[in-house]
Amino acid sequence: MATSWTPDQPIVQCVDVRKSFGALEVLKGISLSVRKGEVICIIGPSGSGKSTLIRCINALQPISSGSIQIEGIEVSDPRLDKLALRRKVGMVFQQYNLFPHKTALQNVMMAPIHVLGQKRAEVEVRARALMAKVRLAGKEDTYPGELSGGQQQRVAIARSLAMRPDIMLFDEVTAALDPETVKEVLITIRELAEDGMTCILVTHEMNFAREVADHVYFTDRGVIVEHGPPETLFTAAKDERTQQFLSQVL
Amino acid sequence: MQAIGDWFQRLYETTGLNFSVFYDAYDWGRYLSGLKMTLLLSVTTIVLSLVIGAVGALMQGSPSMLLRLPVNAFVVVFRNTPPLVQLFFFYFGLGTMLPAVEAAGMRVPLLSNVQWAIISLSLFAAAFNVEIFRSGIEAVPRTTIEAAEALGYTRLKAYVHIVLPLAIRVCLPALNNNLVNLLKTTTLAYAIAVPETLYAVKQIWSESQNVLEMMIVLLATYGILVGVLVWLMHRWERAMHIPGYAR
Repeated sequence: MATSWTPDQPIVQCVDVRKSFGALEVLKGISLSVRKGEVICIIGPSGSGKSTLIRCINALQPISSGSIQIEGIEVSDPRLDKLALRRKVGMVFQQYNLFPHKTALQNVMMAPIHVLGQKRAEVEVRARALMAKVRLAGKEDTYPGELSGGQQQRVAIARSLAMRPDIMLFDEVTAALDPETVKEVLITIRELAEDGMTCILVTHEMNFAREVADHVYFTDRGVIVEHGPPETLFTAAKDERTQQFLSQVL
Repeated sequence: MQAIGDWFQRLYETTGLNFSVFYDAYDWGRYLSGLKMTLLLSVTTIVLSLVIGAVGALMQGSPSMLLRLPVNAFVVVFRNTPPLVQLFFFYFGLGTMLPAVEAAGMRVPLLSNVQWAIISLSLFAAAFNVEIFRSGIEAVPRTTIEAAEALGYTRLKAYVHIVLPLAIRVCLPALNNNLVNLLKTTTLAYAIAVPETLYAVKQIWSESQNVLEMMIVLLATYGILVGVLVWLMHRWERAMHIPGYAR
């Protein structure tokens, strides 16, 4: 279990991860490692297993074989302490998934109070600061249904950050947004990355990936076809499949 | 109050319409005690059916077959049989099998007809409440629960803080209907001689020979009772309304 992880080792380490849904194998041996403070982007066509991988990383879905370690915690361990894992790993979803019956501020405050048992007053100070950080000061008492998609997504990011994670997972967080609100969410993520947060993004925003990523992975049909720093991957892809995909999306 | 009595007395003398409950103290007393019994039946059966329904719905969502099976059987039995037959089954069927007890020197049944009516009607309505609550719980998107899980919520905590508050909002209109039905179904207790409103009013009309007038009083009584219940439920619905949600 959480044996002897030190910050100079990869904070996320996936080794030969396989995942099947019935007879369908979605991940066919994925290996990747992320260092602390690194920003990696996973790109690739629909159905290539990007979202499944990211969902396996915080144990929302069990893997079939292989190993995923987060700060030395083995995610596939049957005795996994899910709470310990989820304190380290925050996740933001494509559909925001805010709690609709609570205000924006309450959404940010709920988990630290209910899950970590922290004091309401302390949590509120932090939550208000986070709301300001995602540029939503003044929207604290608004309900999710009254916010735009981009605003909701920023609340969702603040909600995740309130748990003080070491790693943030972003699962196509701009895919459901109107074009004009995509930018505000990307700005928030970029600021996070600049602050040194370890980020794993599944994204279709190629220009954004190029700008913020330290490392880009291209996946297709359950395997990592090619990976490298964005400047090489986007301009000098070696694999034919990568070239074809990039020519379609760029 | 006296003026109302006088008015109805004059109405009787001039038109022959005999609303005896409004000027005859004895009839009024009988009507009032019937009304009290109806309120007792309604409030207790509503509360009990909600509690049984909520527990049943939670059991039904459990991964254990041992918990799900009895709930499903309960729902099938109580939903697929007429409430009057259920009442008779409990009172005449089970009631006679229970031992009698001594009370004030007399041997009386362990459970009175009022208690049997409460048990029977609560179970009847609870069977529907289980299904109503389940519909609400199932309407909460799985992705919302997933978001809670990703934040470290356990199943139980997610239920308490996220699933139930959302589920209750979804199922309130259906619950509303079932509780209205339950209130009206309390009149079935008449069949096992529980002195509720229908029973009391029937006694009055057979003695005072004013069937039509007492029918009108009876219908108006239930109309008002249900009106109050619906008003309360709507107030609750409004209080739980979430701005911007479920438009």
